[in-house]
Amino acid sequence: MDVMPKWAEVILVPLISLILAAILSAIVILAIGESPWDALKLMIEGALGSTYGWGYTLYYATNFIFTGLAVAIAFHARMFNIGGEGQAVLGGLGVALVCMYIPWPHWSLALVGASLGAALFGAAWAAVPAYLQAKRGSHIVITTIMFNFIAAALLNYLLIGALKMPGSMEPATGKFPEPTHLPSFQDMFSFGETALFRGAPANVSFFVAVAACIAVWALIWRTRLGYEIRAYGHSESAAKYAGISPTKIIMIAMMISGALAGMMAINNVMGEAERLVLNAVEGAGFIGIAVALMGRSHPFGVFLAAILFGFLYQGGAELALWTSIPRELIIVIQALVILFTGALDQMVRGPLEKMFLAARQRKQATGKLEAAE
Amino acid sequence: MDFLTLLQILDSTVRLATPLLLACLAGLFSERAGIFDIGLEGKMLAAAFLSGAVAYTSGSVWLGLLAGIAASLALSAVHGLASITFRGNQLISGVAINFLAAGLTVVVAQSWFAQGGRTPQLTGGARFNPIELPFAEALRDVPVFGPIYAELISGHTFIVYLAALTVPLTWWILYRTRFGLRMRAVGENPAAVDTAGVSVVGLRYAAVGICGILCGIAGAYLATALQAGFVKDMSAGRGYIALAALIFAKWRPWYALYACLLFGFLQALALRPDLIERVLTFKVNGQLLDVLPYILTVIILAGFVGKAIPPRAGGEPYVKER
Repeated sequence: MDVMPKWAEVILVPLISLILAAILSAIVILAIGESPWDALKLMIEGALGSTYGWGYTLYYATNFIFTGLAVAIAFHARMFNIGGEGQAVLGGLGVALVCMYIPWPHWSLALVGASLGAALFGAAWAAVPAYLQAKRGSHIVITTIMFNFIAAALLNYLLIGALKMPGSMEPATGKFPEPTHLPSFQDMFSFGETALFRGAPANVSFFVAVAACIAVWALIWRTRLGYEIRAYGHSESAAKYAGISPTKIIMIAMMISGALAGMMAINNVMGEAERLVLNAVEGAGFIGIAVALMGRSHPFGVFLAAILFGFLYQGGAELALWTSIPRELIIVIQALVILFTGALDQMVRGPLEKMFLAARQRKQATGKLEAAE
Repeated sequence: MDFLTLLQILDSTVRLATPLLLACLAGLFSERAGIFDIGLEGKMLAAAFLSGAVAYTSGSVWLGLLAGIAASLALSAVHGLASITFRGNQLISGVAINFLAAGLTVVVAQSWFAQGGRTPQLTGGARFNPIELPFAEALRDVPVFGPIYAELISGHTFIVYLAALTVPLTWWILYRTRFGLRMRAVGENPAAVDTAGVSVVGLRYAAVGICGILCGIAGAYLATALQAGFVKDMSAGRGYIALAALIFAKWRPWYALYACLLFGFLQALALRPDLIERVLTFKVNGQLLDVLPYILTVIILAGFVGKAIPPRAGGEPYVKER
């Protein structure tokens, strides 16, 4: 029997972790001589106070949904995919190749093609560490870290060499052709005189991310493969006994994970930059870890956590613009969220479990007393 | 390539290998005791910042070194708390520590010095200065040995010599002391150590503490010896290269020295592309040299060149039987 009711497990534990992270962040802001309350107001105003702010918040959230789902699906198979960053870099490469070298008639077809390209490249980049884990027992965390560095160097090499726009000094590809430009929220939701989301980078790939959430939910809880992934994650020996091949599960779970991380590129490379630049991922692969932990590896939780981190990113940019608080404060908050929801989980959970246990025993004791009377 | 250029390359190899070596031995203590530590990078970075900041304000590099060690130890305490006391996931804790350091150093540096997340330049007594070994100048004219002694062995900072001494010291602690034996045992089979009446928790905290001290020295070296002051993200992946070196060395101290010298040599070569081109008569890609440590580690991990087997209880929180 579970010690805690489900609502406490799903809502209370992440909420308390979040509050702890928020308190420590407030202390950091106080320590550098700013007011946490004003900072919070500024962040809410900047990120959620206008459709422009929302446009940025949802743009960042789209990235984090993809990388968060990627980490979450690996967590279900009890693997820690720390290589989302590298897989997203390779996804960007896939998107760039598809957009530049295939003449697309319409953006919708280009989106399908680019998604496939991104997923394929991301999955391929995750497949090597997965194979080494499954067949040679190399620790997936170490190999995926190494692959992040190798991916960054590979992209660097290509962008100053083969893929660089001729005649340009900047390490970047040329602009993708017109038919591959995705409609932004401004194109989609502005009617006549009223222009909403003006100039914000949120685009149609947000809906692809939402669809990916639903697809991952269906995969994990409604298919045989998802069942096998969860079974393997709970107990490798039991899964083996049930005839589930560990090699197959490691490979498939990691490749789906890599594909999802890679698909982030349809948002940042195809939707926003419309060309491939160095460091386009900007750490979103790592934020996926915080998002997955916060969202308890459930697609809906990942969705909410991604929106929260989108808000933090846009709000953090506003803070850096208007106050002396640098953008790096967001990295501190992100670290605290990972620390409390991931590593110090037991610290939050322990006292809560004791509380619920004590409450239940009290209830049982009074029940017995009443029965005796 | 003439003899003197070779010596110059080897000289910068030694300087670049020093922080790798200290961080690698730090990881060795932690991982041999069964605590995975991917937070080496963050601890170095935090130490680099605080040592730079304190050395600048106090003017004393020694106070800076102590402050660096303190910063690194504080993060070690967080790691210990998460992975030993609360039995959390050690890898996730390490990731959190890396981000915590990457963010906090810039936020605090901006607040203290307002120079875009760096400390001001360190000068004079706020830096570790090269130590001239005795007779270096007198022996310079002796053929072969003279230049080697004067160029390569003499003229490094205190921490370089300290790092070199740490290797035999680590070997001695690990294989010749009771503490070392128990520490290795706790990384392989903590239940057996517990049965013998030795505290698993105590041993692991001690190992994590030693790891913190060594990472602190490595970080202080970056800001006060290798460069003159802290700059944003100055650890630049060295913590991960140290981790790679640790696997490359299969968790053994002397091999850690060789691995770090090799990776330091690659870094030194990457700084001199002109030289490589002259010697090899064709151009070697700089990126390739940068990622070679990572590629080599993946190959070693894959077991194609001798298998790297980590300590058996690594990454597993120890739950005492009740």
